[in-house]
Amino acid sequence: MTGNHIPDALANRLATATPPKLAARVRGLSDKAIAWLFITPTMILLLAINIFPLIWTIRLSFTDFRANRTNAVVKGIGLDNYTSILTDPDIWAAMQSTAHFVFWTITMQTLIGFTLAYLLDRKFRGHGFWTTIILIPMMLSPAVVGNFWRFLYQPQIGLFNYIISFFTGVDPSSFEMIGSVTLAPWSIIIVDTWMWTPYVMLICLAGLRSIPDYIYEAAEVDRASTWRQFWSITIPMALPFIMLAVLFRGIENFKMFDMVNLLTSGGPGSTTEVASITLKREAFEKWRTGFSSAFAIILFVTVFGLANIYVKALNQVKSR
Amino acid sequence: MSARSSTAHSVVEPSSTSKLVASVLVVVYALVTMIPLFWIVVTSLKSPPDSISYPPKIVFTPTIEGYCNLFTNQTRQTPEFLATLPPATTACEKVTRERNMVIVGPSNFTKRFFNSLVIAFGSTALSVFLGTIAAYGFSRFKVPLKDDLLFFILSTRMMPPIAVAIPIYLMYRELGLSDTKIGMILLYTAVNVSLAVWLLKGFIDEIPREYEEAAMIDGYTRLQAFRKVVLPQATTGIVATAIFCMIFAWNEYAFAVLLTSGDAQPAPPFIPTIIGEGGMDWPAVGAGTTLFLIPILVFTILLRKHLLRGITFGAVRK
Repeated sequence: MTGNHIPDALANRLATATPPKLAARVRGLSDKAIAWLFITPTMILLLAINIFPLIWTIRLSFTDFRANRTNAVVKGIGLDNYTSILTDPDIWAAMQSTAHFVFWTITMQTLIGFTLAYLLDRKFRGHGFWTTIILIPMMLSPAVVGNFWRFLYQPQIGLFNYIISFFTGVDPSSFEMIGSVTLAPWSIIIVDTWMWTPYVMLICLAGLRSIPDYIYEAAEVDRASTWRQFWSITIPMALPFIMLAVLFRGIENFKMFDMVNLLTSGGPGSTTEVASITLKREAFEKWRTGFSSAFAIILFVTVFGLANIYVKALNQVKSR
Repeated sequence: MSARSSTAHSVVEPSSTSKLVASVLVVVYALVTMIPLFWIVVTSLKSPPDSISYPPKIVFTPTIEGYCNLFTNQTRQTPEFLATLPPATTACEKVTRERNMVIVGPSNFTKRFFNSLVIAFGSTALSVFLGTIAAYGFSRFKVPLKDDLLFFILSTRMMPPIAVAIPIYLMYRELGLSDTKIGMILLYTAVNVSLAVWLLKGFIDEIPREYEEAAMIDGYTRLQAFRKVVLPQATTGIVATAIFCMIFAWNEYAFAVLLTSGDAQPAPPFIPTIIGEGGMDWPAVGAGTTLFLIPILVFTILLRKHLLRGITFGAVRK
């Protein structure tokens, strides 16, 4: 924070202000007491809204409970839910769709995002302004914007199809981004890439800016080519940041729900049915609460593992 | 940096050709990504027939029909019946009469928008309050298992929303919190507080401890020092954190669509359900989307210096 003037102002205030009466009463609070007083409310909230439900989910995952039949007798069925998930071809299909989605979104976002960051790092006039403009899509609601993309993807009247046909000459009503089995997975990848490339770009930019100039100067003295400098200085030095972005996007896209739910709702058929959509269908449409709880636990464990790696990466970047 | 750009022979300063190429590519990318947003605003100003014409119209007569359809419910009437009505007074009435429609009342949009505001502000205030004190606790005191607790706090945000929604749905049903604003505020607070703690811990870590220590030597208690020394110094951080929490709560869809259906439903699950006569009313959807996105646009511009920090939970600062 700024301001060397603060201590002066403080001294003035301290000189005039006498501590109020209430303060005398709390003066007795030890630092330890304050620490707990400050941290406990957050912990209680998280225990009530995250941990307690999590434990409940674990319990339900061993039963055949259905949330729409509260009067039915609930039977404990041991690990049956888990074994049927691991042998369910629909679940495996969903995991495959998720993997396809995560792989391609991350690949495209990293390539485009890093390139943009590299270009912005040329520090041309107005780069600050254009950075802000580029960042806008990632701040918007994926659901509300995803919903509007349905309009852009309309075969005859949609702007997306029109632009594609304008540049390639294909008939704009000859392809359906959302309705076709082959194109639908790409329709969600395009929207996600449009939305989240700025995220990767912003973090890569921070990575590029963290490389001190003297390293390039030294390379220049050694007559290293630009190409060589790029591969042996720029990429390795920016790598922790790129990894951070990749990991975070990986976690987020692994649990992707809102944009996909509005754009394709998993369709056509189940071609874009990523894990969260399957989970929603099992839990809130088929009402197989026990089964979906077990699936939720499996997703939890996966995300938790990824989050663990993510925090390690964060701390690594932080210590730089 | 400014000193560097004035030295023409610096080896690190990119050449003017590379700057030119870079700026052209960046500007092209920026303009292309703006097309969908531009189209949202353009569509909101079209009449329904214009919105679905082929080829897509760039030149058209703007109308407020989309916004009228967004805010009102209408019914179709015969021209004879319309002739018996008193002349239209508001602009919206005039527009709808031309299509043989009559406004019968306000739509649910205003209510949903208001719900979004209440839930966003409520959960932001709560999570920033909890986050500030917890961040101060973690920043200044020895807390046993500090790193584990911080990891636990962060990991709660990583949980897939649908997975959380199953037990929350059952719990809220038992507690009578289903489809209530309080329920949504608590839920969003639980999600946001982790971000708030991590971000604010970063901001508070940057405030030198000496300020508080000096104040305490001069007779302030720890709590007074926190209130009168730390909080004013952390204002920027608190505001930035609040905006991040606000944006999350404003944009959230998964919990909203599964846990609310009527009274407490915010705008995101409502906007996709806007339909007109015979199919989607895209100008009305565009109008709703435009109004919904404007606050976020403003916030993004206000936040631009802190964006990086916010999206990395405070880890990457500059």
